[in-house]
Amino acid sequence: MNLMMLLDMAASAFGDRVAVHNGDDELTYKGLYDAAGAAAAEIVASGCERVALLDVNSLAVPVALFASAWAGVPFVPLNYRLTPSELEALLARIAPAYLIARSDAVEGIDAVDRDEFLARATAGGPVAEPWSMDPESIAVLLFTSGTTGEPKAAVLRHRHLVSYILGSVEFASADASDAALVSVPPYHVAGIAAIASSVYAGRRIVQLDSFTPERWADLARAERITNAMVVPTMLVRIVDALEQSGDSKLPDLRALSYGGGKMPLPVIEAAMRLLPDVDFTNAYGLTETSSTIAVLTPDDHREAASSTDPAVRRRLSSLGKPLPGIELEIRGPGGEALGAGETGEICVRGEQISGEYVGLPSRVGDDGWFPTRDAGWLDDGGYLHLDGRIDDVIVRGGENISPGEVEAVILEHEAVADCAVVGVPDEQWGEAVAAVVVARAGRTVTADDIHEWVRSRLRSSRAPQLVAVRDELPYNETGKLLRRRVRDDLAGPP
Amino acid sequence: MTEVKVGTRLRSAVCDTEVMVIAAPAGDLELSCGGSPMVGLDEESSAGGAPSADAAGGTQMGKRYTNDAGDIELLCTKAGAGSIAAGGEILVPKDAKPLPSSD
Repeated sequence: MNLMMLLDMAASAFGDRVAVHNGDDELTYKGLYDAAGAAAAEIVASGCERVALLDVNSLAVPVALFASAWAGVPFVPLNYRLTPSELEALLARIAPAYLIARSDAVEGIDAVDRDEFLARATAGGPVAEPWSMDPESIAVLLFTSGTTGEPKAAVLRHRHLVSYILGSVEFASADASDAALVSVPPYHVAGIAAIASSVYAGRRIVQLDSFTPERWADLARAERITNAMVVPTMLVRIVDALEQSGDSKLPDLRALSYGGGKMPLPVIEAAMRLLPDVDFTNAYGLTETSSTIAVLTPDDHREAASSTDPAVRRRLSSLGKPLPGIELEIRGPGGEALGAGETGEICVRGEQISGEYVGLPSRVGDDGWFPTRDAGWLDDGGYLHLDGRIDDVIVRGGENISPGEVEAVILEHEAVADCAVVGVPDEQWGEAVAAVVVARAGRTVTADDIHEWVRSRLRSSRAPQLVAVRDELPYNETGKLLRRRVRDDLAGPP
Repeated sequence: MTEVKVGTRLRSAVCDTEVMVIAAPAGDLELSCGGSPMVGLDEESSAGGAPSADAAGGTQMGKRYTNDAGDIELLCTKAGAGSIAAGGEILVPKDAKPLPSSD
């Protein structure tokens, strides 16, 4: 198995269709195939063992992804927001690497200029020897965001990614006029999955190199975008921008999926009101699972939003149900399977699951099950509800408290715009519940308000002992809350 | 009869069909297309000719072909005029469960 097989099929079935479009540049499927082959020849000749890319979205991303697959070396997209010392440390870990970057991106680091890379790949040069079909060879290495420590390099082998695509995308299922807007960065697993999915479906990829909600909406209209995937923070900003501009029309948009972080209920409700004809999908997955493992479908969204049954309504903030190729169980601390309504660790099994990091033992058990470290529960209908990370659970005097449960209550307070709940060291209880809240514009909120608000709605043990008010919470660029920084902030001077 | 591994690519000896093995039971397996045994993608084949009349339903690129037991699955990577069979049982296209695009 090899990702190149997917592009090979696309190029032979609809080679003249546009595969990827960025600004004034585009490549057809045949053009992408030929460019990948020529770039692969250059990569093989360089003797490098990995291909790294340090850049925003451009045509070089799919070319480098498939060229790496063709050449038989891992593709390593790097976060362009890293500091020079962080970058240097990662480059040392993947040397010798064929690095593609913009010439002005990094001083003192030897890189192939991105435009030069593309120009050479598309110059019609000879293609490399045929690619290997070894399913075990590594397709992509993705450095995790490192919200809890040193970045780890997640390993995605060709068999993982090909299984994901074959299990979730029907070949050539897109209409010739379909177009997908890709605004997630190339170093995010969703960015990789977006390329592979669209190629196999035959859907034109339109890239947005740096996200602003206005640019996203303008591009969606200009390029007649039919499908898009966003992270929750992007949707928050898109909804705000559409509301403020007074023009919420995105006439061609049919499907909008979101994932990569917690979606606040008011945001998805507002988005569904604003774009009533759009099909919304919540996609849940991890880097280590080759992207999506569960989806809340458009029908699920509509049914939940229009239901008067609180249990059905609650599904609007659920992750939906596992993909057909995925087995999912909620397990207790001893590894035992838990029943509906019981919170435990989300564990999954399936061909697309990797659970493997460079230099570390695999986290997949002998029986094939991967513990995600995400906490969650299944409702009576089999819908999966997320309850934060296992490691974020606060243990107060022997009682387990989920930050998500307390956060949901605080967010219902009308003066609160955002909040995070974390555990902080406490002499009496081991850990104490602490909350950081952000007030809505023009509103004030006090520690007493929040303490009282939670105490009157949940068990008193869940009421935060410590409440700090801040202007904003620390998120990374794909909308993941950096809880460690919240904890560090609370541990420092008030 | 040959042992068939996941990821193995095979082609028809009598039409244009090419497949990749997605799932296969352990042990030997007799895969045919158009009534003649399939061969490795790079293997020379002297069979020539055309699919036999009882195995000429054709294959479609991108379809996954499976048996009744569900333990064999082949992805068609190139379409052809023959039908694929395993141990004489004609394989049928797997029903695609429509999923919303999540990326």
